[in-house]
Amino acid sequence: MNAFALLFLIAGLGLIGWLTGRARAVRFDRGARGRVNSLPSQHGWYVALWTLLPALLFVAVWSAVSPGLIRQAVLEHPAAAKLSDFAFERDAVIDEAGRVAADPRASAFNPIAAELAPAVREARSRYGWMGGGTAMLLAFAGGAFAFSRLSVDFRARTRVERWVMLILLLASLIAILTTIGIFLSLLWESLRFFSAVSPVELLFGTHWSPQVIDPKHPGASLGAVPLFWGTFFIGAVIAMIVAIPFGLMSAIYLTQYAPARVRAWMKPMLEILAGVPTVVYGYFAALTVAPAVRNLAVALGDTYASSESALAAGLVMGVMIIPFVSSMADDAIAAVPTAMRDGSLAMGATTSETIGRVLIPAALPGVVAGVLLAVSRAIGETMIVVMAASGAANVTLNPFESATTVTKQIVDLLTGEAEFDSPKTLAAFALGLTLFVITLLLNIFALRVVKKYREAYE
Amino acid sequence: MNSARTPTDWKGTAMQARIRRRYRSERAFKLAGLAAVILSAAFLAFLLVTMAWNGAGGFTRTEVALKLDFPAMALPVTPTQLRSPAADLALSGAGLKNAVETAGEGWVSDSAWMKVRDAIKADPSMLGRSQVIWLPASPAVEAEMRGGPDAGLEVHVLQSRGLVRTGFNLDFLTASNSTDPTAAGIWGALKGSLLTMLVTFLIAFPVGVLSAIYLEEYAARNRWTDLIEVSINNLAAVPSIIFGLLGLAVFLGTFSLFGHTIGPLFPRSAAVVGGLTLALMIMPVIVIASRNAIKAVPPSIRDAAYAVGASRVQVVFHHVLPLALPGILTGTIIGMARALGETAPLLLIGMRAFIVTPPEGFTDPSTVLPVQIFLWSDEVSRGFIEKTSAAIIVLLVFLLAMNGLAIYLRNKFETRW
Repeated sequence: MNAFALLFLIAGLGLIGWLTGRARAVRFDRGARGRVNSLPSQHGWYVALWTLLPALLFVAVWSAVSPGLIRQAVLEHPAAAKLSDFAFERDAVIDEAGRVAADPRASAFNPIAAELAPAVREARSRYGWMGGGTAMLLAFAGGAFAFSRLSVDFRARTRVERWVMLILLLASLIAILTTIGIFLSLLWESLRFFSAVSPVELLFGTHWSPQVIDPKHPGASLGAVPLFWGTFFIGAVIAMIVAIPFGLMSAIYLTQYAPARVRAWMKPMLEILAGVPTVVYGYFAALTVAPAVRNLAVALGDTYASSESALAAGLVMGVMIIPFVSSMADDAIAAVPTAMRDGSLAMGATTSETIGRVLIPAALPGVVAGVLLAVSRAIGETMIVVMAASGAANVTLNPFESATTVTKQIVDLLTGEAEFDSPKTLAAFALGLTLFVITLLLNIFALRVVKKYREAYE
Repeated sequence: MNSARTPTDWKGTAMQARIRRRYRSERAFKLAGLAAVILSAAFLAFLLVTMAWNGAGGFTRTEVALKLDFPAMALPVTPTQLRSPAADLALSGAGLKNAVETAGEGWVSDSAWMKVRDAIKADPSMLGRSQVIWLPASPAVEAEMRGGPDAGLEVHVLQSRGLVRTGFNLDFLTASNSTDPTAAGIWGALKGSLLTMLVTFLIAFPVGVLSAIYLEEYAARNRWTDLIEVSINNLAAVPSIIFGLLGLAVFLGTFSLFGHTIGPLFPRSAAVVGGLTLALMIMPVIVIASRNAIKAVPPSIRDAAYAVGASRVQVVFHHVLPLALPGILTGTIIGMARALGETAPLLLIGMRAFIVTPPEGFTDPSTVLPVQIFLWSDEVSRGFIEKTSAAIIVLLVFLLAMNGLAIYLRNKFETRW
């Protein structure tokens, strides 16, 4: 049965449950004026929840189990005996049969797939009807059970509210589940990687060339130090040299000097700068900034300048981070008590002296935390470096030379045509884990500083 | 220690010079601040102008009026074939492509024959006569019309006879990807983006708002709640590419259950996988914005509702939530705008395929607008540079509209309690 039709039907039954439950409660209400424990709509919700939840739970479980059952049924088909014993090939044929079964216009490349297609279609429809029928039955039974419990004294309100609370709790658990999911999936794939390559080789090796991997000793060409250096150089050095002065000065100007009209125009402008997608920045970096930087380097006498220089990527990344630094600095300065500022001005200090000697020192922890968050954002930034930085892993101090980053290598490793289990693809997960841990530590540290500092002035 | 301090001579030259110096540095500092803001604005303006300058050409296309003598071509196609679903195959098998290229003599683009094909399908009687059809011009003609080098085809002669025209390229908005820049359009990618955004919204909005309600209105202050809070705050700062790795490993990795390996949980390149991944990514943004909006509703509203006998659920859903809704919507729109511009995670989960037909459903292979921009940016031909910038303009228009709506909502419904 079509999944959408099924969900639609279950939702329809839920609606009917709500209406009948409510109608019954309204009748109680007429008979026993004022004695009914709960409102009619709460009775309605009670029936609707009993109709929906068991059926939806079953649909969720069934949609996870039924592909396995369908596969089992297909493998029992006589034509399946002709399938190769080799798991990969067998899966490919079954996948193809599934595609042919779903789309009557498609034709099978493999004759066995064509033979299996009717079996797949038949198994799909059988299990589909089975699951759909059971779900409808559950919905009906749940609704009928709930309906039979309604009475004048029934505490529908308490029960419904308990369910609502449970649903809210489940929703908030998804955040934890996502965090755990990220950590476990990265860890799992990384452990598979580390069974072939030692973590020491990855973290401290200085040679990175995943294009040529020696199958006997894959770790020799998977040393990530050049990537870490490139990430640090582009994200934490070049980008910050642009972003910190510009971000800080714009925040100071907008909060301390700018007339209200200028501020009303400039704040949204910075928000727009923050809202430009990274792929646009990346395209701009590759198309406009990188050639300009190269020309500059050649003019300065560096004839070996790369057209995919670290400087081009870092500059554009810095511009991208300006609004972020600016808004963090804004918050930090705004948190400084006005009395401190007023006191300094009253003593005869000029505004710039007040800013430089009172506001900034007082806001420094917040500003530093903001810069750390900006660094964590810069080193996790992907599209700018994918489009503007080079793939060559150099350890260099010359901003006109090329450098590569962790994120760029993750994309390069995973968008090739390699299979899922090779050390090359698994290396991407190990790099991802490293990136995740570093940004996590930076964030936790920075958020703690911000919180502590905010409390100090409250 | 009672030696009297000599009073400062404020009018003395040394003091005057000092004050002048201090005021000078004050002015310099203020100017530096102004310069920082202006340079940031200038960068934004430069970026937008570059994109507009490059992209304007992507919206227009030069067309050439080509006279096609169908009886002379003698295409071996029968009228019944033309009415069957296999008409495309029959016409390309009949050598239409070569015939159009020969007739075009370098004037028309590589994909012009597809236009002819569609025209024939629309009006099969055309095959019995010779017919003038407007076809997309070849890159060389296109370049000469825009003041480029002479294509050696005497373009101006045809132009003076009204056989060449440049106009708005509707195909750019209605066609899908193609290897030929004159035929490439963004509709497929745009539709993929819309489907992906729909999945993202349907998951991230309810889950985000419900968890914000739980954290603000229900949760007791304990270690468990702190853990939820810390993970939400950290998720908001996790690099987007990590979510791509999560999507790749969880939704697309081999999935096994009860001993059966059942292959990937979802088809590759599908809008549903992209939508799920982006939903996890923007959910923390929605939660944080919703919490702030709920926090801003004053306790007096809750107390008043409780005082007239409302239950907790009624207080939350009848009073707090409607009042917090504008703030929640603003946060959601900003989160959705972020998801709409996101590229990196979608690259990893394989939404970078070459998609010629727009996706019909959530499980069809599809791509999204930012990924399409990325894919076109790798192409070297001049035509694709224009297409990339034009697609960027379309994307920016969507994002600006969304951000503008968010700012408007914030200003309109901002309540000072």
